[in-house]
Amino acid sequence: MTATATSREGRSPATRSTYFSRRRLWGAFFVSPALVVVTIFFLAPLALAIWISLTDWNIGGFQRFVGLANYQRAFTDARFFEALRFTTIYTLLVTTLTFLLGFGLALLVRAPLMRMWALRTMFYFPVVIGLAAASFIFVWLFNDQVGVVNEVLMALGLIDKPVVWLAHPDTAMATLVLMVTWKNAGFAMIILLIAMQAVPENLYEAARVDGATAWQSLRRITIPLILPTIALVLIILVVTSYLAFDQFYILTRGGPNNSTITATYWIYNQAFIGFRFGYATALSMVLLVFLVVLGWLQLRILRRDVTL
Amino acid sequence: MTAGTASSPTRRFGPLGRLGTWGFLGAFVLALLFISPLVWSAVTSVKPAGEAATAPMALPSEISAANYERLGDYGAGIATYLANSILVSGIAVVGTLIIGTMAGYGFSRFDFRFKNLLFIIILATLMIPFQALMIPLFVVLRQLGLTNDLFGLAMVYIMFQLPFSVFVMRNSFDRVPRELEEAAIVDGAGQIRLLVGVMAPMVLPGIVTIGLFAFLLAWNEFFAALILLTHESTFTLPILLLSARQGLWFTIEWGALQAGVVITMIPCLVFYFLLQRFYVSGLQSGAVKA
Repeated sequence: MTATATSREGRSPATRSTYFSRRRLWGAFFVSPALVVVTIFFLAPLALAIWISLTDWNIGGFQRFVGLANYQRAFTDARFFEALRFTTIYTLLVTTLTFLLGFGLALLVRAPLMRMWALRTMFYFPVVIGLAAASFIFVWLFNDQVGVVNEVLMALGLIDKPVVWLAHPDTAMATLVLMVTWKNAGFAMIILLIAMQAVPENLYEAARVDGATAWQSLRRITIPLILPTIALVLIILVVTSYLAFDQFYILTRGGPNNSTITATYWIYNQAFIGFRFGYATALSMVLLVFLVVLGWLQLRILRRDVTL
Repeated sequence: MTAGTASSPTRRFGPLGRLGTWGFLGAFVLALLFISPLVWSAVTSVKPAGEAATAPMALPSEISAANYERLGDYGAGIATYLANSILVSGIAVVGTLIIGTMAGYGFSRFDFRFKNLLFIIILATLMIPFQALMIPLFVVLRQLGLTNDLFGLAMVYIMFQLPFSVFVMRNSFDRVPRELEEAAIVDGAGQIRLLVGVMAPMVLPGIVTIGLFAFLLAWNEFFAALILLTHESTFTLPILLLSARQGLWFTIEWGALQAGVVITMIPCLVFYFLLQRFYVSGLQSGAVKA
């Protein structure tokens, strides 16, 4: 192999074409492990998902082809739509707050100075620790008996007696939104920061010479120039929020009174509590199609085909 | 990201660019607030047994390892779960490095049939949420005899990270000048030796980046681990925390839970802190610039 590859500018047409077909083989060789993984762990499950969603596979293991029955059922499943509605509200709250906080933080720490780097690192720490770890911190901080949050609020005189945060739908939602905002604001900050630092400094200086206020240069220079990145951050936050599961599973277990069941949680319950695999897979496919549309938008933005 | 306009005489950095002393202090207090849950979790984890519940706000009366020792009593013991997490993360990182680097090199430097189509298929997997494929993934792993198997879970994580890894590595190889490998080919290096000996050192930042992201994913992932692992002896750290929360006799041991949280988060914080530069460049090339 080595010997032929060496003579790359082949002297005769014959060696030349050998050289190119060898290159083709090498190319295929290098990408083949990735293709094997994609085929076994992505394409096969995807094809299988379509098939399973058309069967009535359940705990009995009996698999019968039922056509689109699962999908028909999905579209009349009030609790699935309730879960979608809840997920949508959660997504809107979390995305808005995370984006605004992240944007503010990015403005705050954007100067390329050592002390700003220290602040950025601190703001980013919650992002890298993992959602499960973060959830187990918050389930303890907001506990009504041993939680620090109640203690602090009582010491400040803001509440008289401990609040059972996770026992009421509204306070449970507030706790979850607060946690996820805290956890993801740093992510929004870093992405926006990278885009902001690419804005040429002389634009700001020119604006300042012309007497522009800080607000004006933010509105007229920063925001328009980083708009594709803003769209990207929003889409990533929306897609992640729509798939929310871990924090609900750990903090509220869907309660109180099933008031915090997200779409993924409902699918999980159908599959692994109810063992309705066929139906759960059909619900997954509905969610999947919805998110693929969002993901397609993300890819478009990544490839800069769109200018928003 | 630290580069920029430090040489600019005015140092304004656009709106809000220059924080005054008070502005900086305000931002600093906010940053302290951000890390306070992590700090308080760590402080609580070294309290003597029971103190976490009786005095949530107080500092530990003495530094104690009791909560950490308690973790040894859960299920198969913390050592097993730590080993499981290290094994899964190790396989996921090594697999990601090998598969991602090879594929990135192949897509960057070679022409072959369906190259663009294959690249798009790999990238398109980004758009499909894996949460939606858990049931069929379980079926596939069962067919391969990989259920309740840490290797199987690691393969799933390698797949999770594959589009990002291939994308980052292809971009990294694209930036290496072609003259370099042409010189090596003239010198008679074989393809494998060329990749390992000449090209890989040139794309080391990309390799560190995809390894770091693979580690953070595999170490922290919860949903797939929850579904694909059902035997207690195979649980990873995030799943162990779930049983720590339920407690041994249905009383939650808050101190032990926070000890588990600390063990889970420390490697992430350390690796992020040390390899921050690679982390940010990963976000830059993988998420922002294409």
